[in-house]
Parts: sequence; C-alpha cells; structure tokens
Amino acid sequence: MGGLQKKKYERGAATNYITRNKARKKLQLSLADFRRLCILKGVYPHEPRHKKKVNKGSTAPRTFYFIKDIRFLLHEPIVRKFREYKVFVRKLRKAYGKAEWTGVQRLRENKPGYKLDHIVKERYPTFIDALRDVDDALSMCFLFSTFARTGKCHVQTIQLCRRLSVEWMNYVVTSRSLKKVFLSIKGIYYQAEVLGQPITWLIPYQFAHNHPTDVDYRVMATFTELYTTLLGFVNFRLYQSLNLVYPPKLDVKAEADLKADFEEDYAMDSESYLEKLAALSASLARVVSRAEDEDAELDHFPTEGEDPETLEAREKQLRAQDAQKKLFEGLKFFLNREAPREPLAFVLRCFGAEVVDRPNADQQYINRYYIQPQWVFDCINAKLLLPVVDYFPGVTLPPHLSPFVEEKDGDYVPPEKLRLMALQRGERPERRAEDEDDEEEDEDDDEDDDDEEEGEEEEEMDDEELTDEKNLKAMEKQRSQGKALAVKVTAGKAKTENKMRTEQEEKAEEKRLAIMMMKKREKYLYDKIMFGKKRKVREANKLAAKRKAHEDASKADKKKKKAKKQ
Amino acid sequence: MSVSRSELQQNGTMSKAKEKGVKRNAEEDEEQLPMFNIGGGGSADKGNAEEDLSDSEESLFSGLEDSGSDSDDDDDDDEGDDEEDESEDEKPNADENGESSTSVELSEKHPPEVRTNDKLQDGKPTRREKIKGAKIKRSATTSDGGGEESGKLEQESGSTRKPTPPQGDEYEHDTSDEEDIRNTVGNIPMEWYKDYPHIGYDLDGKKIFKPIRNKDELDEFLDKMENPDYWRTVHDKMTGTDIRLSDDQVDLVHRLQRGEFGDVNFNEYEPSVDFFSNETMIHPVTNRPQDKRSFIPSLIEKEKVSKLVHAIKMGWIKPRKPKDSTPQYYDLWAKEDPNAILGRHKMHVPAPKMRLPGHEESYNPPPEYLLTEEEKLAWEQQDPEDRKLGFLPRTHSCLRAVPAFSRFIHERFERCLDLYLCPRQRKMRVNVDPEDLIPKLPKPKDLQPFPTTQSLVYKGHSSLVRCISVSPCGQWLASGSDDCTLRLWEVNTARCMKTIEVGGAVKSIAWNPNPTICLVAVCFNQTVLVLNPGLGDKLVCSATDQFVSAYEEPEEEKGQPVQWVAAEGKDHEKGVRLIINHPKTVRQVTWHGKGDYLASVLPDNSNMQVLIHQVSKRRTQNPFRKNKGLVQCVSFHPIRPYFFVATQRYVRVYNLIKQELTKKLMANCKWISSIAIHPGGDNVICGSYDSRLVWFDLDLSTKPYKVLRHHKKALRGVAFHRHYPLFASASDDGSVIVCHGMVYNDLLQNPLIVPVKVLKGHAITHDLGVLDVTFHPTQPWVFSSGADATIRLFT
Repeated sequence: MGGLQKKKYERGAATNYITRNKARKKLQLSLADFRRLCILKGVYPHEPRHKKKVNKGSTAPRTFYFIKDIRFLLHEPIVRKFREYKVFVRKLRKAYGKAEWTGVQRLRENKPGYKLDHIVKERYPTFIDALRDVDDALSMCFLFSTFARTGKCHVQTIQLCRRLSVEWMNYVVTSRSLKKVFLSIKGIYYQAEVLGQPITWLIPYQFAHNHPTDVDYRVMATFTELYTTLLGFVNFRLYQSLNLVYPPKLDVKAEADLKADFEEDYAMDSESYLEKLAALSASLARVVSRAEDEDAELDHFPTEGEDPETLEAREKQLRAQDAQKKLFEGLKFFLNREAPREPLAFVLRCFGAEVVDRPNADQQYINRYYIQPQWVFDCINAKLLLPVVDYFPGVTLPPHLSPFVEEKDGDYVPPEKLRLMALQRGERPERRAEDEDDEEEDEDDDEDDDDEEEGEEEEEMDDEELTDEKNLKAMEKQRSQGKALAVKVTAGKAKTENKMRTEQEEKAEEKRLAIMMMKKREKYLYDKIMFGKKRKVREANKLAAKRKAHEDASKADKKKKKAKKQ
Repeated sequence: MSVSRSELQQNGTMSKAKEKGVKRNAEEDEEQLPMFNIGGGGSADKGNAEEDLSDSEESLFSGLEDSGSDSDDDDDDDEGDDEEDESEDEKPNADENGESSTSVELSEKHPPEVRTNDKLQDGKPTRREKIKGAKIKRSATTSDGGGEESGKLEQESGSTRKPTPPQGDEYEHDTSDEEDIRNTVGNIPMEWYKDYPHIGYDLDGKKIFKPIRNKDELDEFLDKMENPDYWRTVHDKMTGTDIRLSDDQVDLVHRLQRGEFGDVNFNEYEPSVDFFSNETMIHPVTNRPQDKRSFIPSLIEKEKVSKLVHAIKMGWIKPRKPKDSTPQYYDLWAKEDPNAILGRHKMHVPAPKMRLPGHEESYNPPPEYLLTEEEKLAWEQQDPEDRKLGFLPRTHSCLRAVPAFSRFIHERFERCLDLYLCPRQRKMRVNVDPEDLIPKLPKPKDLQPFPTTQSLVYKGHSSLVRCISVSPCGQWLASGSDDCTLRLWEVNTARCMKTIEVGGAVKSIAWNPNPTICLVAVCFNQTVLVLNPGLGDKLVCSATDQFVSAYEEPEEEKGQPVQWVAAEGKDHEKGVRLIINHPKTVRQVTWHGKGDYLASVLPDNSNMQVLIHQVSKRRTQNPFRKNKGLVQCVSFHPIRPYFFVATQRYVRVYNLIKQELTKKLMANCKWISSIAIHPGGDNVICGSYDSRLVWFDLDLSTKPYKVLRHHKKALRGVAFHRHYPLFASASDDGSVIVCHGMVYNDLLQNPLIVPVKVLKGHAITHDLGVLDVTFHPTQPWVFSSGADATIRLFT
C-alpha cells in the first residue's frame, strides 16, 4: 500500500468552517466580547452546504463561521482594546473596593476607548456600499433617538442618535430625495432615493417606549455604536456632496432671524440649536453660497442605437420626478396642534411646502382647506395633488395604501389602487359625491352581473355534456341488462361544436400528456411552482371575495338607512 | 483571683492526713495551673516577642498577598474579619483599660506602670499586624480542623493580651510569691524529689515532708467509693498533698470550662465609650503640647512644590485636557478605491433588507385586508413563529388614534439578532417558467393514428375478464373470465359467437399467431386446453384439425412432465382438441410466432416453472434446470430464437438454440406483472405492480431506457401493436394509456416515446380496473378487458 492514508475531515469543507466555541477560544475572547466583535466587524455564521461533513460526522446543531473570517478577526486592533477594557474594569473594581477615590477618578479619566472608523471603511470600501446598508442604521438611530434619557442606554448615545437623525432629515429635505411615505401601524416608513439607492427607514410614532424585558439592550447598543459611526460618515459625505456645512448650521439669514427672536437664551452649541435644526423649518448654510436656481438643465446625450421611445420615456420619467419634487411648492400648510408635527413638517418640507406652526384653531378661514394629515401622505405616494374632498375633518377617510406594493399580473389589486392609477394616467376623476356614488355602485353591480352570467353560461355547457353522458350511460345500462331498447327514431339534434372549446381541451390534454413525460426532478419543481401559483391565486380570490362581501354589506346598510329616512 | 488564692492557703493548712489521702493526676494539674496564673513565665513572654517580630515580617508579605487576592476569597476574609472583630472587641477593652490608666491615673502612677504603657504604645501597631498575620496563617491552613483553629486563635488572643498590665499592684497576684509560701523548690521537675521523703523547703528552710503514702489501689477505690468529696479532691504536686476544692473554686472551674470569664462580676457587654467621636470636644484627648515642627513650614514640601512649579514653567507638565467624547467625522471615502475590496468580500453574503410593508400594515387599510373573527382566532392560536403576519391588521379612523406599536423594539432587536446570529447561505433561486419545464414533444395530432374513442363494449361475461386475445386475422376476439367461461366474439359487431365452459377461472388465453392454424390456447387450474374455435375459414379449421390429429405415437415413450390427452366426445364437440394436464397450476400460456410451440408458466418454487410444448409432436420439455426466482410471465421473441422469462425483478433473455443466457435485464421495479416484445424484437416493455412501465432497448443496455410512471396504480398488462408504433398499458386505476413508441432503424437514434391518449371507460370494481390489453393486429385499435366484466374496444 503506497501513499499516506487519507484521514477524514482534514480537507474539503470541514477545514473551511469553524464552530463558534472554537473560534472564541482561538480569539481568546469571552462570549460577550466575541459577539461584540462579530457585530462590529460584520462577521456572521455561514450555513455549510453539507452540514454533517463540516460537523465531522455529527448532527448536533452548531453554528459555523468561515475560518477565514475568524483568522481575519485575529488581526483586529479592536480586540486589544477589548482586553484593555477588561483590565480597566478590573482595576476600577479594585479601586472601588479599596475606596481609593482618587484612583477611581484617575482610572475613569484614562478609560480606554476605541474608534470604529477603520472598521466602517473596511466593511464598506465604497460610499455606495455604505449607502446600501444604511437602512438598518437609520431605523436604529431613529429608534434610539426616541428613547427617554434615563435608564436603558447612555445619554450621549441618545443625543448622538438624535443629532445624526436630524442631520439625515435635513439632508433629505435639502436634497428633496424623499420618494414614498407610508403610515403603518408600526410607525412611519419613509423611502428616499439617495444617489440612486432606495433607502427605507422606519420611525416609531411619538410615544414613550414600554421597554421589554426580554430584549438585550447591550446587543442593540453595540449595533448603535457601529451605526452612529457609519451614519456620521455618510452624513458628512452627503452634506459635502450638496456643498452644505457639516455639522449643519442654519442659513445666515435664518440664523439672524432666530437670533432676533431668541437673543437672550441663544447659544450655538447647546441643545437648543439642535432643536432648531430639528424643526426643519429653515434652510441650511452652504459652503459655497448657492446661486439662484442652480438646477441647470441636464444635457442630453442621445446614445447611439437607443430607441427614441425609450429615450422619451426616460425623459418623461425624469420630468415626472422633477414634478414630484415640487409637489407642494407654493402651498402653505398650517399645522394644527393635534397633528404630529415632526413627520408632517419633514414630509412637507421635502416637497417644497411652507410650514406654519400651530395657528389658533378657533377661527376658520374660508380660503383654506381643512384636511386630515393622510392627504399629504397620499398625495406624495400618488405623486399628484388628490382632491381634498375625501380628507375633510370628520369624513371617513379612504384607505391608506402602501406605496411599496407593486402588483404583478394575477395579484390582487384593491379598487382604490385602480382608481388611483386611473387618476395618474390622467383620466377624469370620478366624482365621489353621495348621489353619484350610488349610481357608480349600480354600474358596478351591472358589471358584476355580467360576469356572473358568463360564468353561468359555462356551467350550462358543462351541463349539456353531462346530460349526454348520462343518457349514454343509461342506454348502456339498459342494454347490458338485456332489455330491448325502445327503438325509436327521433329527430336528430344538431350538435354544435364549440371549436374554441375543443381546441382548448386538446391543448390541455396535450399539456397533461407532456407533463406525464417529465423527469422526476423537474416534475417536483413544476409541482412546487404550480402549487405556489395556485396559492397566490387563491389568496387573491379570497381578498376579492372579502372585498365584495364588505361592499355588499355596506350597501345593504346604506339602503336600510335610506329606507329609514324615507 | 485573690479569693481563690486565700482558699488555696486555707487548704494548704488543712489537715495533712486528708491531704495525704488525696491523689490526683499530676498532669491534670499542670494543665490547669497555667490557666490560673495567666501572667505566665518571662521566657514565654520572650518567645512571644520573637513571634511578634516574625509576624510583622510575615505581615509585610502577607499584606501584599491579601491585596492581590481575588474577590473569590472575600467570603473567607469576611469570616476572618468576624473573628478578627471578636478579638478586636476584646482588644479595645484591654486598650481601654490601658488608656484609661494612662490618661486618668497618669499623675499617680508608679514608674513601672508608665513603662508598661510605653511598651503598650510601641506594641500597638505590631499587634494589629500580628492579627493580620494570624489571619493569613489561618487562611493558609483552612484545611485544618476548626478546633485547632480556634485553639490557635486563643493562643493569639492570649499573646495579644499578654502585654496588658494588671490593674493595681503589680505584685499582688504574682504567683511566684504564692509558691514561696508553700514550697521554695522553684520551677524544677518534681520527679527529682521522687526518692526523698520530702519535697522542697518552706520559707523557714525546713523540709516539707510528703504525706505518708501507703495508699494502694484498694485504698484508692475505697476512697473513691466512700469519700463524698472525692470528685473535688485535687493532688498538689508541689507539696504532694491532696487538696479539697472549695465551692467557689469548683464554680470557677465550671465557669472556665464553659468558656466564661473567671470573674463573676465581669461584664463583657459593657457599653463602649466612643472616645474619638465626631463630636468636637472642648478638651483635647491628650494633653500633649504640639510639636515645634507643626509650626514650622516643611522644607521638603517646599522643595517638592518648587520642583513642580519649575516643571510647569518649563512646560514639562501640562494640565490634563478634558476628553472630547463627541465623535469626529470626516470624508472617510475621500480616497475610495473600488479595487481595494478584500477577498473576504467576495464570500460576503449581504444581509437581505427588511421586507417592505404591504397594504395590510397600513393604519387604515382597505377593508379586505382586515381579518375576520375566525381568522383572528386562528391567528391567535398559531405559534408566533408560524404566523404569516407578525401583527394583527387594524384600522383607525384617523392618524391621531393610532397607538404605539408594542413590539417595535422587539422587532428591531430581532433584526439585530438576525444580522449577527443568523447563518447565511447563498441560495440559488430557480427562476424558471414552469412552461419551460414541460418537455417539448411532438403533438399527438401528428402521431395519428391511435385509438381515441371507445366504440364498442363487449358484454356477456358475468365476472371479471382476465384475458383477451385477438385472432391473427383480426376478426375474432377470445376472452377468458373468472366465471369459468371462454367467449369468442366477432370484433366488428360485438357479438358473442361462442361460449365455451371450462372447468375453472380462465387465467390466460392465446390465439395462435399463425394465420394458417386456427387454434386457441387456454389455461385454467392445472390444465391447458388447445381448442379449435371453428370460426372463420372452414378450410383453415379443417386443416387445423388435420394438423392436430396427424400426430403419431412415437415408438419410444419418453417420460414427460405433463400428460397429453386428445379430446374426445363432448369436449371434441365443444372444440377442444388437446388437453395438457400439468402437475401444477398454470398461470400463462403463450405461442411461438410459428404457431407450433406453446409455452406455459407454472409459478412455483420448483425448477419446473416454464414448460415448452410442441403441439405437432405432443412433446414437452423443461428448458430450465434451475429455479431463478418466481417466474411471472414468459414470451417468445417474434423473429429470433430467443426466449424472455420475467421473474419478479429481472427479465432474462435466453438463446434457445445455444441454450444459454444472453441477457439479464434489470427492471428497477419491485414486481413485474407483464411483458411485451416489440415486433422488431429489440425493445421490451415491462409493466409492474408498482405502477411503472419500463422500456428496455436491448441494443443500448440492460438497464431501462425509460421508466414511465403514468399510471396511478399497478399495471396489469402491456401490449405492442404489430404494425403501428404504438404500445398500451392497462392499469388498476381504470385507464389504458396509449403511447407512441417509435423505434427507428437507425441505431443512433433512440426510441421516441410520447404518450398520446388516456383511454377511460372501465369501472373500477373490487379495486381492480383494467386487467388485460391487446391491440388489433391490423387496425390501430385497442381492446381492453376489465374487472367490470366488460371488454371494450377503442378506435
């Protein structure tokens, strides 16, 4: 026997992975530190393709990391800082124990800290990479900025999060890059398009948080540590790209105004300045003073071989985008007290509206529309100013639809969305006045009836065939029982052949036969896909049926009411 | 103490006779004595001083050790502290005494007392350290018994207490005086006086005589029994007398044994007087005048300060800057190099983004997205992990009415966990159009002709029709049924021409494929009948009869495994020509293409499972010597001298001329039910009870060329068409599937198999559907017989 004996698990997949505990031992870190390191460095477990092979024949549930990832962590300077911190804590504890207060103070002053700049740069080598991953960072920062300043985490962290989120909002306002807003039951979703990247974040409604006990805030704090660093650098870069001063400062003009107003308690670097920034009501200072109307017309470079149609479509899209940016330009919004100020101000300013705060409500002006806030959000999502009639105070609001849903063929589309799409195409909006409403519904009814009739027709045809079959069967039976058939010649019925139908049937049979010839594996896949499709159809049908039932019920209600009135 | 001593003195003067009578253990005395005189010897004191020194040294290191000890030892330390406290509780008392004596009685004190106080002050710090040292020792020997430990502690406390001066006259309690009174012998072993009649000398220098000792064991015992004070009698070694302890003395002993203080009047719980309290007193604690140095500025300090001032002036020392905790941001990607992506990033699987919300998450969704009551209930009963939606859709009349989402922080936290704990794997999503998966086959329309519709039903049997066979001309159809009859039908009219009753359920039937011979082979029970149906051309029928009867008995009678009988009489009238009686039940009969040979299958465990009969010579042979599995069915090759034998899992192909096995086909199915050979002879199909149809191309391999799973249930029969490229399979699911099976002459082209029609018509009775299927010899028609006692023709 020549050669060395091959040993199992010494090559191949087994050598590419390492279990968590082994990794931890290799790095000589406690579990908590290991976790923190993984969070900061963005190291996550991988699911091996053949788990048993990697697990050296065992089927015990384990998490596996790439061994390369762990080796890469070995050189991380942060690890040393962790160890230093551990030593610091030990020293501090001892100093406390000995009641050496000067020692405690000295230690505290020299508390080891670390910076995550290099990690951010390493994880996101390009700015676009960072932008792609900024979603979670934003959501987390916005959440942390709403925390009360006691208890769960450091006040500095909360302040920093608030500052960064305000900066971000100011950027979005200035660049007018907000695209979609959605009022959900969880909070408000915003989607902005920054440098071509859609960025979505979620802000909870303004309430005090009920801090759950089963949440590990240390993990969240570690994430926040990274996210604040990331967001700070992203903000810096974005501000730079707009020629804005970073950290943001209010425009000189606005600042002067403010100064005039609050001369006595004005302080540039205090929290009140942040408050003023957060008010989003003034524009920001720029490095280079902005020439009026900087938006130069973009030059067109018609590329060779490009369809003029597509070019046109693109231009149209661009124009639409521009129009959306200026959706509320020239409009003045007076925010009432019960309206949530921050989201509304943010959203309105993003589309060029002028926001006036807290007018006295006791006086109603005839030249103003009094509407509910949903109108603003619906307008933004529809990219046009919707009729205000549906949004007056006290009326039942139309449903608020998610702008993130893009229906494909076969998906269920709520009728409101259909109406909206018609509006967007420029069709005349249907009047939704009470009287016409009924008519419209009647029309709907007619259509429905038509549909039903069609359905019935099909069923009838089926019936015919069925009866034929039945007759034949009966005859067969009679014959088989040996009874003489009642021989009778009746006038023949001309059987009309539905060509379409036969063709369809033929095709269906062909398909069925071809499916029979499928390979086993393909058949499995095919069945799975078809199952998914069927489920989708089923769900869409269910929604449609529910809607119909709801409309029927509401119509019946209305009729009843009418009858009562009469 | 004074009391006890006077007692002793009294005892000393007591009657000698009694003292003599008392005898106690000397060692006991020795033990007790040091307890009485606490002061102890000077030598012991010295030793203690030495110990002190060593202790303090030790404490220097042990202190280090102590500071280095971890919090784990805290508990032990605490215990130690407790004990320490106890000892310290006592110590202040001692101190108190000492201090009080110094402060209050300073003026009237004797000089030696002052001396002792000084000594005390010197000793103070060392004592503290000593305690510490003791503690360390204790911790070092924690494994030792508690008793030993406490003993040590006592020793220590004793040593601490030693320097405390007794109150009042120093010499009042000096035990050396006491000794003088009775015996001046000094501190020597008493054994030295063992041989003398006396022990030492008294103050006057006279011998102290020992009591006359004539007590033996008996006296001792008697004394013990009679003397009521025996228990309180103690032997004094110094004088050799027995001393009876007084009540007070006994009481003292008891108290000491109980661990109480010797002095009855001593109150160990006296309220402590806090001398150094936070209250400012009008009088100083000590009357000592302040030193001179406390009025003169320190030169050393001045020097130090000037050094610092100089260092600050020179800029060597800088004031500490307050730390700036606010993060500094800059253009991190100023020099971004897209090529500087680490290799690690190639393996990077970016985390999927959060799912974007749908309509149902809106605060005011369209009504169809709200859950009904049942759905809500179902949602609540579901496991939170299984829920499709993580929340209940709700509608609110206005934005103002929307409450906070209670699981907001949870969801964010779960996202965090997903980001760093969730194993990631790159999964290839199959983005296939299902239509693409369907194989492109030629349209059945282009593959016509094939049977499409059911045109005739042959009725007459009263039980399930197991087998059918068509005459080679295609005009007649023979069928055998479980109702023990054999029927002959005209194909075109569905008319039953003849019914022949046989002695059992017909298992198999086969029409002779030679058109010049009109014979049908039928098997039931253990019999195979060869009969002439007498249908069609009369010439052919008579020729057949002649052919059968032309048999001549051979001269040599060979032993045959079966019995050949020529039918006579009634049987002959029915059409039966030959009766072949087998030893076992016959399952199948099949003809060779020439029409002379007939094979029958007797499935059994013996080696006689297949028999081949020659009709013209009425001869039978058993071709196989060995049993190679339960034979299911057999078939002759249509052209060449091959013979196919299908066992449960394999099909064996034998060359009949060379008499050898040529091929063994692996069917890949559990139980073969039927077999059919393509008229070309190079392709074989097998039906199996596990609902598969296996197509073998003998030129390709011994493994199946294709396995078709078209049927839902077990296959009962398969058949090839003689001319058209068609084959059919019958199954228990009540359907007959006709497939186009084109075999090309070109060896490079594989057979093309396309299912063309699913024929349904038979009713399923007793879980049995279609039992046999056969093609019309010339037309593209297929016959099928079913368990519903009918035969159907599909054209």
